[in-house]
Amino acid sequence: MSTQNEWPLWEVFVRPKAGLDHKHCGSLHASDAKMAVQLARDVYTRRMEGTSVWVVRSDQIVASDPADKDMYFDPAEDKVYRHPTFYELPESVNHM
Amino acid sequence: MTTPSITPPNDLRARYLLRVADTCLIHAQRQSEWCGHGPVLEEDIALTNMSLDLLGQARALLTLVGEGAAMPVDEDQLAFLREERDYLNMTLAELPGRKGGRDFGDAVLRNLFIGTWLHLFWQRLQASGDAEVAGIAGKAVKEARYHVEHASDWVVRLGDGTEESMGRMRRALDSLWLYTSELFDDDEADANAAATGLGPARSELRANWQAAVAAVLADAQLALPKDSAFRSTGSRGVHSEHLGYMLAEMQHLQRSYPGGKW
Repeated sequence: MSTQNEWPLWEVFVRPKAGLDHKHCGSLHASDAKMAVQLARDVYTRRMEGTSVWVVRSDQIVASDPADKDMYFDPAEDKVYRHPTFYELPESVNHM
Repeated sequence: MTTPSITPPNDLRARYLLRVADTCLIHAQRQSEWCGHGPVLEEDIALTNMSLDLLGQARALLTLVGEGAAMPVDEDQLAFLREERDYLNMTLAELPGRKGGRDFGDAVLRNLFIGTWLHLFWQRLQASGDAEVAGIAGKAVKEARYHVEHASDWVVRLGDGTEESMGRMRRALDSLWLYTSELFDDDEADANAAATGLGPARSELRANWQAAVAAVLADAQLALPKDSAFRSTGSRGVHSEHLGYMLAEMQHLQRSYPGGKW
């Protein structure tokens, strides 16, 4: 099927409430940015999911190559020392 | 028909509120014909959302009117068990929609006309002397504002779009414009509402409605049609031939299964 006449795809990010991050929640088709924001509101915030939406053209996102997954992410596996769990904390910062 | 019709409250306050409630109800039903048939999935959801907003607005007002009646009735009885002549919606809301062969351009233009009218109405009703009416308006005005934005965008996109889309918007405009006079055609219920502080007379909305709609149509490169002496009369209970078919579909369940609930 040809996709020549289809509206471009947009990725939708919704912020559930003030102070939290926008989180990716899906994608939709829209002819331009304004329509994408409106439709994001209609499609992804019908059940009180959000207080703010971001949309970005899917073709504007630069993603890592799945073929590079091993090279990129596996080397972190045995480096537990990168988690800050090996430090003795003074009592006064007990609640960090 | 196995369930008898109710006799709805007929005082001037009830008539004034039923007119808004019924316009929301019938507009919601017509717009919901797009459910599953929108031009794209996202738009299908948008139209259905708006229908549900309108239905919610109708429910709130029908409940209010029903509770205040000398012989109280509930929202379902008012929505589904009245005779055609007792529905007071604007004729514009009941004109054929998708099922009558009208297209998406017709749907968005109608939504612009009725949506702008309702938005102005709700804005004014926020200052109603009746606290419950003001409360309903306060919630509805936010929904209506979005309906107007959505409809305006589409009217501009299609009107100022391709030759085909512009032609369809012109046809929609020619067929719907005649029915907009009724939106501002005062009667005794308007006079009573204005006098008692319940809400504005319909005619008070005319100038703002015309300015708002004219601005959108100008953006859409659509010329305003000429005004006509024709007056539709749905809000007086005298409807086009199209409402009866809608009511048959809407009332079937309540008539066949009295008191049926979800």
